[in-house]
Amino acid sequence: MAELQVLLAGTDDHDLTKLDEYLAVGGYAGVGKARAMTPEELIDELQRATLRGRGGAGFPMGRKASLIDRSSPKPKYLVVNADESEPGAFKDREVMARVPHRLIEGCLISAHAIEAHEVFIFIRGEYLSEYEILQAAVDEARAAGLFGDVDILVHRGAGAYICGEETALLDALEGRRGQPRPRPPFPPVQGLYDAPTQINNVSTIATVPAIMEMGAEAFAKTGTESSPGSAIFSISGNIARPGNYELELGTPMRELIYDLAGGVPDGRELKAVIPGGSSVPALAPDEIDVPLDYDSLQKIGTFFGAASLIVVDDRCCIVQLALRSAKFYQHESCGKCTPCREGTRWMVQILERIEAGDAELSHIELLESIGSRILGRSLCALGDFAVYPTHSYITKWRNEFVAHIEQGGCPYGGASSLEGIVAPLDQHTHSPMAEVPA
Amino acid sequence: MSAFADEVRAIAERYPDPRSATLPALRLAQERHGWLPPEALREVANALDLTPAYCKAVASFYDMYHLAPVGKHLVEVCTNLSCALVGAQRVVEAFESELGVAPGETTTDGEVTFRTVECLGGCGYATVVAVDHRYRQDVTPADVAGIVEELRG
Ligand SMILES: Cc1cc2nc3c(=O)[nH]c(=O)nc-3n(C[C@H](O)[C@H](O)[C@H](O)COP(=O)(O)O)c2cc1C
Ligand code: SF4
Ligand code: FES
Repeated sequence: MAELQVLLAGTDDHDLTKLDEYLAVGGYAGVGKARAMTPEELIDELQRATLRGRGGAGFPMGRKASLIDRSSPKPKYLVVNADESEPGAFKDREVMARVPHRLIEGCLISAHAIEAHEVFIFIRGEYLSEYEILQAAVDEARAAGLFGDVDILVHRGAGAYICGEETALLDALEGRRGQPRPRPPFPPVQGLYDAPTQINNVSTIATVPAIMEMGAEAFAKTGTESSPGSAIFSISGNIARPGNYELELGTPMRELIYDLAGGVPDGRELKAVIPGGSSVPALAPDEIDVPLDYDSLQKIGTFFGAASLIVVDDRCCIVQLALRSAKFYQHESCGKCTPCREGTRWMVQILERIEAGDAELSHIELLESIGSRILGRSLCALGDFAVYPTHSYITKWRNEFVAHIEQGGCPYGGASSLEGIVAPLDQHTHSPMAEVPA
Repeated sequence: MSAFADEVRAIAERYPDPRSATLPALRLAQERHGWLPPEALREVANALDLTPAYCKAVASFYDMYHLAPVGKHLVEVCTNLSCALVGAQRVVEAFESELGVAPGETTTDGEVTFRTVECLGGCGYATVVAVDHRYRQDVTPADVAGIVEELRG
């Protein structure tokens, strides 16, 4: 089990940003095949492929399409989530920069399934070069007459992690502050402009042409039984050969870290792997013998997430890691619900005190108790994302938290790889914050 | 009607609801003014039949809009985990000493605004620095003087 090229197939010897080269490798053949089917037949085919969403939650894409309220008199919309802002993730960017036509082809096929005539691709504002490449490809494919009665509009975000959350994304697309919506109603019933809406990640949609090409049965036989296909894994941090690796799902994590990416450099020891982007529970070195697929990772208490591994070596103080990560979630909390808005601040304040050695042992329990009051009690999963990794750091590296408190400061004595790291949050001046309860 | 309003309305027509043009219109206004002064917010509001207060509420939500003046150039260093683990702080410090300002500040000649940002989606090519929105990857402290010189011209 190893490399299975689906998303990046053909990129080694072709410039697939160009329409003629994409056509030369059989590109856009899937659109004709899909349009020869009825929407029902197509949804059926997609369901049999069991393509699970690559944006985080792993919900089957075909099943999502089947939930679209096609009886609604309103237009149906397809929205592609290209907000990619999860720390550690840079895979969708590679899809858009190298195979934009595969994403566009996936859009045209998926639009046919749900009878949508308008597709919106929401790309994070910072991805300027990727936007230009994608927009040029959209224009080229439209000019070539490939769109039929569908149009694709690329909409740029403006810098906010929360806009990756699908209902916040919809609000941003509607010209509002990007804040999550309460559910129900769910987007397949009432999404963009209150109309039935299918939302999928870039890599999910860009995999759809492969299902047309291979057929659902053949596709479902790749990867593992519950997680067919491939995924692009981003690997970064303290690793010899960082980058993107497209692998068959179920590939052992150890193979990616050591055989493909070259392991931890500079003769250092592996300390932790955060396997799905910074929002999931971290793994200790003795937990990395796990296949890279949704169910296997969940079985050991973490998540597939954004298929993005952050590798951490033994120079890193885990309290500093927890603190830097917590500052990100405080900064990105949209402020709409109390547990997340207040809780993420409290977590940062307590972690700052522990790092400074100005804390008592009871602060560790306080941190855990605040986390447990955010978990499952926030309007969207960002609150949970702030807690999952923090809880894993406390549970698996508790001795380091204790050492800070007992020694009255960081046991790394200024030598940690994250020493002094400045966060965007530190540049902001806040109105006086609620103090942590004593 | 102004050319700006015409341009914004042309964007708005592409969406089922013209309000969807708010983000693109704010970006356009910022490109013209360098930041979003009250006057720019009024122009966006007028073009889309919204209120300036609404436009400000939206703009203040997103990190890429500037509600205070910024320098001619923008230097943004990612200090999220993957970049931080391989030395982003040393890149930050190199910019600090080269520019003579702290993160979040603008040089006194008004040329460069320098700030740290959250993950830019280039984690495998750390440290990532966005210079006027174009990514420089694998940046080390040794590259910083050259980048600053380029900007100062
Ligand atoms: C805070 C937060 C950030 C998210 N960011 C992204 C993102 O950048 N890209 C993405 O595809 N999904 C992101 N998601 C997941 C989306 O809400 C949604 O589940 C996904 O786009 C569905 O697509 P999929 O089924 O194809 O995975 C995020 C979720 C949350 C709660
Ligand atoms: S959990 Fe956080 S990000 Fe999500 S709605 Fe609540 S405050 Fe906003
Ligand atoms: S952590 Fe720096 S680009 Fe992602």
